[in-house]
Amino acid sequence: MASEPSVHMHEEPTSFWRRYIFSTDHKIIGLQYYLTAMGMALVGGALAMLIRLQLGWPDEKWPLLAKLFPRGMSGGVMNPDFYLALITMHGTLMIFFVISLGLVSGFGNYLLPLQIGARDMAFPFLNMLSYWTVVPACVIMLASFFVEGGAAASGWTAYPPLSAVEQAVPGSGLGQTLWILGMALFIASFTMGGLNFVTTILNERTRGMSMMRLPLFIWTLLIASILGLLAFPPLTAAAILLLFDRHGGTSFFLPSGLYFGERVLPHSGGSPLLWQHLFWFLGHPEVYVLILPALGIALDLLPPFTRKPIFGYRLTVYSLFAIGVLSMIVWGHHMFVSGMNPFVGEFFAIGTLAITIPSAIIGFNLIASLWGARLQLRTPALFALGSIAFFGTGGFGGIFLGNATSDIQLHDTYFVVGHFHFMIGGVTLLALFGGTYYWFPKMFGRMMSERLGKIHFWLTFVSFYAVFLTQHFLGLGGMPRRYYAFSKFEFLAAIRDMNAFVSIAAFVLGAAQLIFLFNFFWSLFRGARAERNPWRATTLEWVAPTPPPHGNWGETVPEVHRWPYDYSVPGAPEDFTPQTVPPTVVEVTR
Amino acid sequence: MKRPFGAETRVEEVLRDARLWGDFGMPPSDDHRRDGFDGGSERPHGLPVPSAQFGLWLFLGTVTMLFAGFTSAYLVRQAGPDWQSLPRPPILWVNTGVLLLSSVLLEVGRRRRRALRRWILGATALGALFLLGQLLAWRMLRAQGIYLPTNPHSSFFYILTGVHGVHVLGGVIALLSVLALAWRDASGERTAHRLSLCAVYWHFVGGLWLYLLFVLFLL
Amino acid sequence: MREGSERFKRTLEGFFFAFVLFTIAVAGIGLGVRRWLPPLASEHGAGIDRMIRYLLITVGALFVLGHAALGYFIWRFSRQERVTYRLASARAEKLWSLVPGVVMALVAEGGVLLIGLPIWQQYYLRPAPSDAVLVEVTAEQFAWNIRYPGRDGRLGRTDPRLISYENPLGMDAQDPASRDDIVQLGVMYIPVGRPVHVRLRSKDTLHSFFLPHFRVKQDAVPGMTIDIWFTPTQTGEFEIACAELCGFGHFQMRGVLRVLPPEEFERWLAAQPTFF
Repeated sequence: MASEPSVHMHEEPTSFWRRYIFSTDHKIIGLQYYLTAMGMALVGGALAMLIRLQLGWPDEKWPLLAKLFPRGMSGGVMNPDFYLALITMHGTLMIFFVISLGLVSGFGNYLLPLQIGARDMAFPFLNMLSYWTVVPACVIMLASFFVEGGAAASGWTAYPPLSAVEQAVPGSGLGQTLWILGMALFIASFTMGGLNFVTTILNERTRGMSMMRLPLFIWTLLIASILGLLAFPPLTAAAILLLFDRHGGTSFFLPSGLYFGERVLPHSGGSPLLWQHLFWFLGHPEVYVLILPALGIALDLLPPFTRKPIFGYRLTVYSLFAIGVLSMIVWGHHMFVSGMNPFVGEFFAIGTLAITIPSAIIGFNLIASLWGARLQLRTPALFALGSIAFFGTGGFGGIFLGNATSDIQLHDTYFVVGHFHFMIGGVTLLALFGGTYYWFPKMFGRMMSERLGKIHFWLTFVSFYAVFLTQHFLGLGGMPRRYYAFSKFEFLAAIRDMNAFVSIAAFVLGAAQLIFLFNFFWSLFRGARAERNPWRATTLEWVAPTPPPHGNWGETVPEVHRWPYDYSVPGAPEDFTPQTVPPTVVEVTR
Repeated sequence: MKRPFGAETRVEEVLRDARLWGDFGMPPSDDHRRDGFDGGSERPHGLPVPSAQFGLWLFLGTVTMLFAGFTSAYLVRQAGPDWQSLPRPPILWVNTGVLLLSSVLLEVGRRRRRALRRWILGATALGALFLLGQLLAWRMLRAQGIYLPTNPHSSFFYILTGVHGVHVLGGVIALLSVLALAWRDASGERTAHRLSLCAVYWHFVGGLWLYLLFVLFLL
Repeated sequence: MREGSERFKRTLEGFFFAFVLFTIAVAGIGLGVRRWLPPLASEHGAGIDRMIRYLLITVGALFVLGHAALGYFIWRFSRQERVTYRLASARAEKLWSLVPGVVMALVAEGGVLLIGLPIWQQYYLRPAPSDAVLVEVTAEQFAWNIRYPGRDGRLGRTDPRLISYENPLGMDAQDPASRDDIVQLGVMYIPVGRPVHVRLRSKDTLHSFFLPHFRVKQDAVPGMTIDIWFTPTQTGEFEIACAELCGFGHFQMRGVLRVLPPEEFERWLAAQPTFF
């Protein structure tokens, strides 16, 4: 039994600052996160374009870029250490400051209270704090490009000694310290959000909203938040230890005898492998923090466009939990050739491949949900369907990498790059886009352009395959990752020119996103007016007015009587039955 | 309310939906959790504890995971060949006593509605004293030539006590905010509520200190 | 009229989506049947290649099947005017879901348990044979140092404090075992058909000893000496690449591996000057 309501709806604030800047309203905070993620995506995407420029045409000179980046592109030629800063920050920004920020914090904050029938999050003030903690994190990350030595350059994985020793690579000076500080702030912000999400989902649901009547998106937010709460702290611990190895003379990760700059460093006894274990203990669950909400959106975007329930709701919930639990015990598959005890590697391989089972069930459920459907290929549906294809492709590649034996040849090659881009760059991005086209009418009362949306989808979908499916095969050919150029090796001669093709496809992919940006902002002012429930969907957010007011529901909070997938109920007056309709009016089918 | 962009729902749409579905089943009041609720057929759902308390326990879970991460690093490092045990600064026992006593004072204070303020003040003061005592412990180690990078045990000692100290400081600040509340309204609901949350946190931080002592000096 | 053109448009869109998915499946097949792996030159590598080939076939088939099924479903059901199958029974959902679960258990988990791990154990958990050629490889920013133990079969002591420009490994001249050690920069010679025992070390940061043709990859960790071994099956000149980010020269940390017939290798080794 829930006890006294803890979400006290305060008077709606009237000053500009309290309404739009330091708002405690989850909808404003969600939009703040989303727009911030959009900005960071522009930066992360630009970094990717520079990376592909270098890899596609390593022998060219770019005088215009020399003007923009005098240190990184002196003489029009990219410096190899600049390249490393680009790949490091591209990864860091995209994972934490785009996908996590946009998908989990952005959509999660906006939709969670609406979809469960609450007036706001359990801790609105903490929510506001969480956003304003991540803003300085963004600033610090961006600022790191402009300091002496440039941004961190040891990969988003920041392995010591490279990340711990200042002389090891230029970015390991102030840039790496700023990276650590930015990550610390991000983790603090995400923790605050995670506390809010879990508490709100478990304790603030409206009357009748049992757990098994929750939209799948909410389930994924719950599991992702729990994963984040459990997994981020050990990384915080590791980051603190790294900070002291860098600045305090300690030796947590640094062994004796390190020879840099013509002298032996005074450290002794530490182990680089310790960092890897602590890092990947977070790092692996982190990718599930990203992909589970994306799958949640894909799962929830299908029923409004198939006009029938999702296939296997209950089993999907169990599978999501299974993935969550398993994800915490398989981190070693990133370390098969690290020097870790190979016996331990066997267990990580077995555990990792066990994840394919619940994942396959989810993929199967997604496809099976189409059977017998009345499928409407509107833009949000295209993105949901596309994400199924991406999920399958990414998942299949994962089988090669989770298998320790095949991983020997594929580790640290472009096979890995292709794989993870499908999962945390493909499924997640399509979910972000699909969700945007879908919920835009609720947020802003206007529809985004369907035509531009479809062009955006097809350009993105096809070019994505061209870039990242190709990379799987480059990896089979042995092409290592994090290489500034492939010109030094004979064994790459036959395949290195394929990078030009990949880069062109990547430019198409990048350019396609400009269409989305235009569509988004143009539709804000000129989009067709949307009715309250343009997709004729059943979940609670569509019952609320457009846009939902402060407190979401006006005078009365909805009461829920059925699960969110009562589409095409036989005998119902419409082919959708909102969750609020009582069983006396339309029968409850689940 | 003037909106910069976007469009509002039209009233007709709401009415049309109401006609279509009849009664939406929306309860007349927004107090959807009250037992004996009339007009609604569904159960309220949620946890048996209030949100603030649950959120606090979740937060304590993350703090636990933080120190679990440190512990695993400690165990790995301890297995290394260059491990040298630190001499135990005796002041640590005093500090431990101080911290435990402050927990006791807090608990006593919670049960006294009238003399609440002075017990909380006492607990807070002891908390601050604990922090001072920790700084003293650091100074004593430094006087013996044992600094942060001296050996892995000393590194962990400084870092673990430092991170723990930061958490204690957070607790002290929280207790000060309770005091501020209590100054105006010692027996009020809000004060009791905030005090009970702070007390849980404070006892946790005390227990955490005992755990760290165990890890640092008994493992 | 309007109805009809709407329907046609829907059909076209569904067809187009299916077409794209089928094309992707075909492209996947087209790419998958090509030979990508560098030509094999080691004994244990055959096992790794077998693992990869098994996965390419089985997982590749799932990839093709999955895309084709998705495409077909999209095409077929985008043409429907009404929902023809609404809700499966709980039992049907469970039974159908068994299919992907079992398939994955067999293909992925079965693959690793029955094929992958035995090969892994062979590679990692058997110690190097006693007749293996011992070579020490010490990685540094950005080169590979190769050291042979010489006639005494023992590698001499090294000390980082002795490292200098002339003595990149910090070899200790006082250690008698060092007297006959042979040091090479960037070029490694080994005999064909005999196991090679590599002791992997690093002077500064993480590197990774990657021999693409030999299916060998092992991180070199400073503070650790890691042992691996393999048996070359082809003579010729091959490349050593670094497979763990190690700094701005990571991309050009190239080494050469020359595999010689056994007598030629012995002749070469005998002709090398010792380091001291």
